[in-house]
This record gives sequence, structure tokens and C-alpha cells, in this order.
Amino acid sequence: MGLKAKRKLGNTITYIVLVIISVIWLFPFVCLFLQSLRSYNEAGGGMVEYLLPKQFSLDSYIFLFSQDSKFVRWYLNTLIIACFVALFQTIVVLCVSYALSRMRFKGRTFLMRFWLILGMFPGFLTMICLYFLLKQFHLTQAGAIPGLILISVASSGMGYYVTKGYFDTIPKALDEAARIDGASRARVFLTMIIPMSKPIIIYAALVAFMAPWCDYVFASYVAFGYTDSYNVAVAMQNWVWTNDYQGYFTRFCAGGMLVAVPVTILFICLQKYYVEGVTGGAVKG
Amino acid sequence: MGNSTDSGKKSKVGKFFSGVGYDLKEIGLTFTQGDWKTKVSYLIMGFGPIMRRQFLRGIAFLAAEALFILYLVKFGWKYLQDIGTLGTVARVMNDDGTISYNDNSFLILLYGLLTIIIIGIFLFVWRMNVRENRNEEKLLAAGKPLSTAKKDLYSLLDSQFDKTLLALPVLGIFVFTVLPIIFMICIAFTDYDANHQPPANLFTWVGLENFKNLFSFGTTGLGSTFLTVLAWTLIWAFFATFLTYFCGMGVAIMINKKGIKFKKLWRTILVMTIAVPQFVSLLYVYKMFANDGLVNSYLLKWGWISSRIPFWSDPMLAKVMIILINLWIGIPYTMLITTGLLMNIPDDLYESAKIDGASGFQMFKSITLPYMLFVTGPFLLTQFTGNLNNFNVIYLLTQGGPQSMKLSNKAGYTDLLVTWLYKMTVDDTNYRMAAVLGIMIFVVTAVISLVVYNMLPSVKDEEGFQ
Repeated sequence: MGLKAKRKLGNTITYIVLVIISVIWLFPFVCLFLQSLRSYNEAGGGMVEYLLPKQFSLDSYIFLFSQDSKFVRWYLNTLIIACFVALFQTIVVLCVSYALSRMRFKGRTFLMRFWLILGMFPGFLTMICLYFLLKQFHLTQAGAIPGLILISVASSGMGYYVTKGYFDTIPKALDEAARIDGASRARVFLTMIIPMSKPIIIYAALVAFMAPWCDYVFASYVAFGYTDSYNVAVAMQNWVWTNDYQGYFTRFCAGGMLVAVPVTILFICLQKYYVEGVTGGAVKG
Repeated sequence: MGNSTDSGKKSKVGKFFSGVGYDLKEIGLTFTQGDWKTKVSYLIMGFGPIMRRQFLRGIAFLAAEALFILYLVKFGWKYLQDIGTLGTVARVMNDDGTISYNDNSFLILLYGLLTIIIIGIFLFVWRMNVRENRNEEKLLAAGKPLSTAKKDLYSLLDSQFDKTLLALPVLGIFVFTVLPIIFMICIAFTDYDANHQPPANLFTWVGLENFKNLFSFGTTGLGSTFLTVLAWTLIWAFFATFLTYFCGMGVAIMINKKGIKFKKLWRTILVMTIAVPQFVSLLYVYKMFANDGLVNSYLLKWGWISSRIPFWSDPMLAKVMIILINLWIGIPYTMLITTGLLMNIPDDLYESAKIDGASGFQMFKSITLPYMLFVTGPFLLTQFTGNLNNFNVIYLLTQGGPQSMKLSNKAGYTDLLVTWLYKMTVDDTNYRMAAVLGIMIFVVTAVISLVVYNMLPSVKDEEGFQ
């Protein structure tokens, strides 16, 4: 009886803690949602000292889709970047991972070590050089969208760890059996390994898709003040940081909701694959 | 230990030199023993293979040589010859009063480096060409048939499939990562800054001056600022890694506890902070804690405080806030990773511990924790080095502020090395010091990775927990 009561008490405490944690975790998002619904008549859309709007309205959302705002354009920019990066980055990562996991060629360990060392340099170090290279190909400012896709995809080969780890767990005997039957490496890769790797492909594509939504540094540097090429992160950052953000606070909240909701839904739907990917990657290191 | 690695290094260097010696010897032998086709191939690459009806390979070699010479004559040479000075005349005033730009240090350095690398690659291809000739002669002498173009192409999908797969990724990494990094390392030894901007001005080599500047503690040097920022970077990375790790594991244990319902719901709620793009969530939280933000307003309204709390303008408070808010972002991540691992610990370990009368905390200390530390060692290391360069959390919350007159070059109290580097590049265009800082970040990351990696229990003793 005593033990049972003790366990019950322990569980109750755990529930209380979990509820508190959940409230902390969700509170900012609830605030964000409520603020996005505040009417423009209250403090002109600036920050206010209370949480519940006195006057609910969709003013901010209407503004985002109106002619005065380039929000739709920014949104589409980001969506285009995200889709292309997800597609190409996944392909690159799969190719690199298969080569490194299955083939033994001269320079293989050198390549892996070399990439590991390259990864220790901070990414922002090379910003000016990248900007200059892109400029040579006319991929800055007006051409920033393809430029950003190119930069993300070009160096994505170095992020092969998780996928290679997954390929390593697929038995090599399968490859060898197919090769004895006369299938080429390319055939084995395309018709056997790829179909077996659905979870890891979804993981790689999901991670690649989510990254551009947060990309502020390169996106702002490459667009260089050309507002048509902004992505949502750059544009909305400017709303918050420039001095006249007062009028834009609720608009930032509304825009934030429009960005966060689809991405979050997508993520929650594919959560299973994400968990599989990160756990696999973490344990293998 | 030290001795064995030393001798390992020596043998590696020795291997390299004996490899070069062997190569040179083979090049000489191929020339003296080879027929006239092979000898011509030393000058005109691919001549031998073409004469032996190996058209695909021969033409590929020939084309490589033609492209190389074309590149060097049309483009590369004019940059390469100036790389020692990085240009002498930036602008020329023409007679009609217009200005024409002459030498551009940036271009000279970038394309000069590119040319050096391309020369290296060409030498490698030339060596391949020599070996190809030797192999063909050997095969013919043995009376064996040479490979056909069709076979060559098929091998790219089969035995040499790695070349097909890796060609584009390696090229991409070379152009957009390797070349820029080499370029920026060189910039650390030049005076490229706001006063030396091409095309209007030249920059040139200055040796180790920038490194001296970073480590000089006088009134003009960056020494004390650098140490302040470095110290905070390390403190931040330590707390950000280990606090999230232990809290995340705690949350995972709570959710996994027997008798707790809605496990999936709790996890999904926590995962929200991974799913929502950080620029939305972090910027909003930044505004919540701002001087006129929600938190201060409500605390004032309820009478809990009499003046607004300077969350972001007090250095100490800002640092604490950053670490706490990072928990909000970081805990779910560790929670996900540890959840799976916790389930791997066999239940009978706990059962027998319970029979021995161990308390919950004792079980955690002597079963759960050692196992988790063993398995997640490499993960912790990558987390730590990732946090050293965690740009988003810092920049979205404080942008490195609060700034201070005590720190030079616009550094603030919460600046990490990487955000400071960003400010130097974007706000100050002080590329020379940014490059030095980048190299320092690399050194810090590399040293920590190497030292810690060799200390990891899972590396030292792979069988430990199996």
C-alpha cells in the first residue's frame, strides 16, 4: 500500500512538472498567435503591455496579402529555395553517402578526413569570397534566389554522416548478390539501395527543406538590399530590428504564424523519420 | 603513447617521400623503356593512346592539355605573376580625365590561387597520362587487348561508379568551400580592410601583423577583447551543451516513466521549438523580454517589481537569459535522442538494482548516466563544437549586445567569436581581422575536438558496454 501510494505521488509530481513544461513551451506561441490577431487600431500595430487583444481583427494578415507588402513574394522566394535545396541536397547527399559507404577507392579516407577538417572552419569566414564568386555568375541581388540554392547545394556533400551511417546498416551481401547476377553498381544504387532508404531520404529532405526558412546571414548578404530577392527571414528580421518596427510588430506576428504553421505541420507529420535520423546520427557520431 | 604517434608520423612522411621517389623513377623508366609514341606523349598528352586506337582516353588527355594551356595563356598567367605583390597600380588617371582601374588585388589573389591549384591538378593528370602509356605498352607486350571506349564508359557506372557519384559534389565543395577557405586564410596575412578596398585601392601582404594585433594587449590591440569573447564563447558552449543535455535527459526519463500517459502528446509539444523556424520563435521571445515587452509589463502591473528588469542590457542578465532560452530550443533535441537510448537499457539491470534496495537517484547515477555518457560521447562533442559556432541563438536574441567601451571593434558582452566575425565582415568590412578570427575559431574547434575525441570512453574502449 505504501509503495503504491508512493508511486502515485511520484506520477502526480511528474504530471505536474510535465504540464508546467508544456505551458512554458507553448506560451510564446500562444502569445504570437494572439498578437497576430490584434487590430491595427490598437497602438498602430506596435508592442502593447497586455496579452489579450481588446479588438480582434485580421488587419495584419490582410496587410500581408495586400499590394503594400511584398510578403507573398518573399514567401514564394523562400518556398522555392526550400524546395530546390531539399531536392538537390538530398540527391547530392545520397550520391556521396553511397560512394563512401559501399565503394573502396584511392583517397577515400583522405577525402573524409579532409572534409571533417573543412567543417571546422566557421561558415561565415568565406562570406565575402562567396559573394564575389556569385557576383561573377550574376547570382547576387536580382539573381539571389538561384545563387542561394547553388551555395546551399554546392557544399552539401560534406553533410553525409547520417545517410552514410544508414547505408552502412544495409547488409553488403545484398549488393554482392545483385552484382553476381550482373547488375552494375549504378543499378544496385538506383533500384535496390534507394528504395530501401525511404526513411533516411525523408529525413534528409526534411532537414534540407527546413534550413532555408531560418537562413538570415547568407540570404541578407547575397540579396544585398534588393528587396525583391529577400526571403521571409531577412525581410521580417528587418521589420523587428529597424527603428519603426512599432507599426510592424503585429505584422511580424502574423507573418511568423504564416511561416510557422505550415512548416510545423509538415514537421510534426514527418516527426517519426526525423527522430529516426537524429538518433541514428547521434549514436554513430 | 607519444613515441608511437611520433614514429607513426615519421613513417607517414617517409612513405610520402618514398612514394614521390617511386613516382619519379617510374616516370624516368617509362621514358627510357617506352616506344616513340610514349615519348611524344610526354609533350603531347594522349598521343600514345590515340596512336594505339584508344580514342576516348587519348582525346580526353589531349583536351585536358589544350584546356589547361588555353586557361593559362588567356587567364591564369596574368594573375599568377602578380601574386607576390597583389598588384602595383590600382587606378590610372587617363588623359581625358576618366579613371580606369588597373590591378585588382582581390582578383589577383583569388585567381592566382586558382591557377596554382589548377597547375597542381594538371601535373596529376599528366602523371596519369604517363602511367596510362606504360600500362598500355605492358598490355600490348603481353598480347592482351586494350580496353574499349564502351568498356570505359560502362566502368563509370560500375567499378568506377564512385567517380561518377563524387565528381559534382567534390567540384562544388572545391569551388564554394575549399577555394574560399584558402583565399580567406591568405587574407589573414594581408591588409584587406575598409581602407584597402579594391578596385579603388590595393591591398598587399603584411606577414604576421594581424596575428600580432590580435594578441597585443596595448591600447590599440585586440588582445583583451579577444580573450573576453573567447572566454564567454567557451563558457556558453559548456553551459549550452551540458545543461540542455542533463535537462533533456531528465525530461526524457519523466516522459518514459511507467504509468505516465499521453507520451506522444508531451513529445509533440516539446518538439514545437524544433519545428518552428528560429527566426520566428527567438525574435518573438526577444521581444517578450524587451524593456517594453510583455514580461516586464505584467510584472510591473502585478507589482512584483518596481522598475523594469534590463534583461538584454545588463551583461550578466543577458548571458543568463541566453543560456535559459537556449534550453527552450535545446531540450527537445536531447529529449528525442535520449528517449530511444534510454529504452535500450535492459530492464533487468534496474530490477536487480531495485532488489538490492537502490533508490531512484542511485540507479540514475550508477546505471543510466554511465551508459548514456558512454553512448552519447561523440554526440556531446559535436554539440559542443556546434555551440561554439551557434550563431542563431546569439544573434537573434542580443546581436552580441550589450556593447561596451571596454571592448574594441564593436564586440559586445554576449558576442561569440563567430558573431564577432560576422560583425567584422558585414559592419566593419575589416576582412583582415575577420580572417584571423576565423582561423582562431578553427584552431579552437580543432584542438577541442582532437583532445576530447581521444579521451572519449567509446573511442578508447569500444567494447566497454557491449
